Amino acid sequence: MADTVDNGVNVEALLDAREALTGNPGAAAFTWRANCKWVNGVHSESSVEGFRGLGEEQSHKREFKFNADHPELFAAEDNGATPVEYVLVGLASCLTAGVASVAQNREIQLNSVEAVLEGSMDVQGILGADEDVRNGFDGIKVSFNIDADADADDIEALVAQSQKRSAVYDILSNPTNITVETTKQ
Amino acid sequence: MSQCLSSRNIDHVVLERGEVGNSWNNDRWDSLTLLTPNWATQLPGYDYKGDDPDGYMTTHEVGRYFQDYARVINAPVQTETNVTSVCSQNDQYRIETSAGEYTANTVVLASGICNLAAVPPFAEELPASIVQMNTRDYRNPEQLPKGGVLVVGASASGLQLADEIHKSGRPVTLSVGEHVRLPRTYRGHDIYYWLDKIGRLDVRYDELTDDELRRGRGLPSPQLAGTQQHATLNLNELTAQGVKLVGRISAIRGHELLFSGGLKNLCNLADLKMKRLAKTIDEWIIENNEDAIVSDLNYVPTRVDNDPALSLDLKNGDIRSVVWATGFRPDYSWLNVDVLDRKGKLTHDGGIVTSPGLYAMGLSLMRRQKSTFIYGATEDAMDVSAHLAVYLGQTTPTEMER
Repeated sequence: MADTVDNGVNVEALLDAREALTGNPGAAAFTWRANCKWVNGVHSESSVEGFRGLGEEQSHKREFKFNADHPELFAAEDNGATPVEYVLVGLASCLTAGVASVAQNREIQLNSVEAVLEGSMDVQGILGADEDVRNGFDGIKVSFNIDADADADDIEALVAQSQKRSAVYDILSNPTNITVETTKQ
Repeated sequence: MSQCLSSRNIDHVVLERGEVGNSWNNDRWDSLTLLTPNWATQLPGYDYKGDDPDGYMTTHEVGRYFQDYARVINAPVQTETNVTSVCSQNDQYRIETSAGEYTANTVVLASGICNLAAVPPFAEELPASIVQMNTRDYRNPEQLPKGGVLVVGASASGLQLADEIHKSGRPVTLSVGEHVRLPRTYRGHDIYYWLDKIGRLDVRYDELTDDELRRGRGLPSPQLAGTQQHATLNLNELTAQGVKLVGRISAIRGHELLFSGGLKNLCNLADLKMKRLAKTIDEWIIENNEDAIVSDLNYVPTRVDNDPALSLDLKNGDIRSVVWATGFRPDYSWLNVDVLDRKGKLTHDGGIVTSPGLYAMGLSLMRRQKSTFIYGATEDAMDVSAHLAVYLGQTTPTEMER
C-alpha cells in the first residue's frame, strides 16, 4: 500500500528538512518577498522571484508576475484578479498543498482535490460608506470536494490537519503586525 | 521509587519541601479530583482498597493516600526540606536544601511537572483593572469579582473551571485552543477502562517514532472531570449552559483581546480524533469478543457559532477577570546541571537523564503512556531503579530488565 500511494509529494524530503531545521533558527528563518509596481488606475503588476532561507539568498526557477486590477463595474479595466481574490488564491493553494502533503504522509491516495472559496464582503467598508463595516472579508467559506482512497472521516481529517499546518490559514485567522515604510524619490 | 530502592537495599533519602503529598494538599483548586478512576490509583504493593473503584479521589484523598503509603513502606522522607540547588561535583551530586547539604551518587528528580503555571507572556499586557489568576492560584469562583470571566484554555482544567465559574453566576467566555475531547464513559465503562484494555496506556516511549513521542509528550490533558455522576464534560455541555466560545487567544492590543478565527477547525480535529478512538475501541471489542453494551457515544459534533467573536473589548466592563488555564510547567530553577534543552525541557531517555546518575520520574510519556498516572509510576520506578542499581555497580547489566 505504502509503495503505491503517490500524490507527487516528497514527504521524506520534508521530514528531513524539519529534522535539519529543528532548533536551527538561522536556517529556519525565511523571508518571502513580493515587488509591486503601479501601472495605471487601480492596475498594478507584482513580481516574485527571490526569497531568503537556509541562511542565504534563494531564488525561484524564474520570475512570476501577477497583474491585479478591479472589474469594470468598479470603473476599472479588469487587467487581473482583485487583490482580495489573490488572498483567496493564496488560501486555496496553501490548503490544497497541505491536503496533498498530509495525504502522502498518511498514505492516502488522492484522485482529485477541488476547492471552491468564497470570501464575503460588505463593500460599504472599503468605499467609506459605513464606518461600522470592516474593510476585509467578514468570513471565508472553503468547500473541498475530494476523491481519495479513504473513508469520509479520514478525508475530513486530512483537510482539518491541513488547516492546522497552513501558513495562509494562520495569517488570515490570527492577527499579524504590519509595518509600512515610505520613502520619497 | 523509594519502595523500589528499599527493595534493592539502596540507601536513600526522599526530600520533600513540605509534608508528603504537599502539592495535592496545597496547590490545587478546591473541586479538583483525579481524572483517573480509583482502580488506577495503586502503587507497588498498595492497591486501592476502598469500595468505589470507579470513583475519583479528591486532591486531599490523594494526599492522604501518599501519606499512608509513605508510612506503609517506611519511606525515609525528610519533610520540610526544600531543595535549593542540585549540581554535579566530581562524579557525584551536591544537593543544597533549606535543611542542610547532601552528597549523593545518584539523584532522582520526582518534583513533578505541574510546579508553575504556564501563562502566555502577553498576560502582563492585560489592563490593571482586570483581575487575573492562573490555575496555581485559583481555588474557587468566590475569589473572582462578580461579572464576566474569560477562561483561557480548554483542557481538563479550563473546562472544569469554566463550568463551576459559570454556575457561580459569573458569565464565562472560554478561549479554546487545541484540545483532546473524550467521553467520560463509553459502552458501559470509564474511558480509562478502555484505554487500558486496548493497550493504549501501556504504549512504551521507545515504540513510538520521534514525531509521535514529541506530539504525545506535548498533548494537553483530555477534557474530563471526575464527578460522582460520571458526567461527560465537553464544550457542548458548556455552551448549553450559556458559556460563549471564542478561538485561541492570539494577542492583547491595548484594551482589546484578539482571538483566532480557527476555532471551528480545532473543534473538528478533536471531534474526529475522538471518533477514531471510539472506532478503535469498537474494533478491539469485536476482535476480543468482549461483552460490552452497544455504542453509547451519543456523538454530537462540537457546536460552534458560524461567527464566533474575534475580539473582546475590555473597556465595556463585560469581562472583569481572566483565568489562565493554560497548563503547567516544571520548575527546574534549582537544577544546576546542564540537562535542559533549548525549550527548558529535561533531556532524557525514558527517565535516564543525560547526566550520568541523574534520573527522573513522572514526566509526560516518560517510559509509557501512563507514566504520569499514579499506577504508571510502578513499572517506571522498577525500570529506572534497575538502571540506577547498575549505575551504582550493584548489579551487572545482564540482570537489567528492559
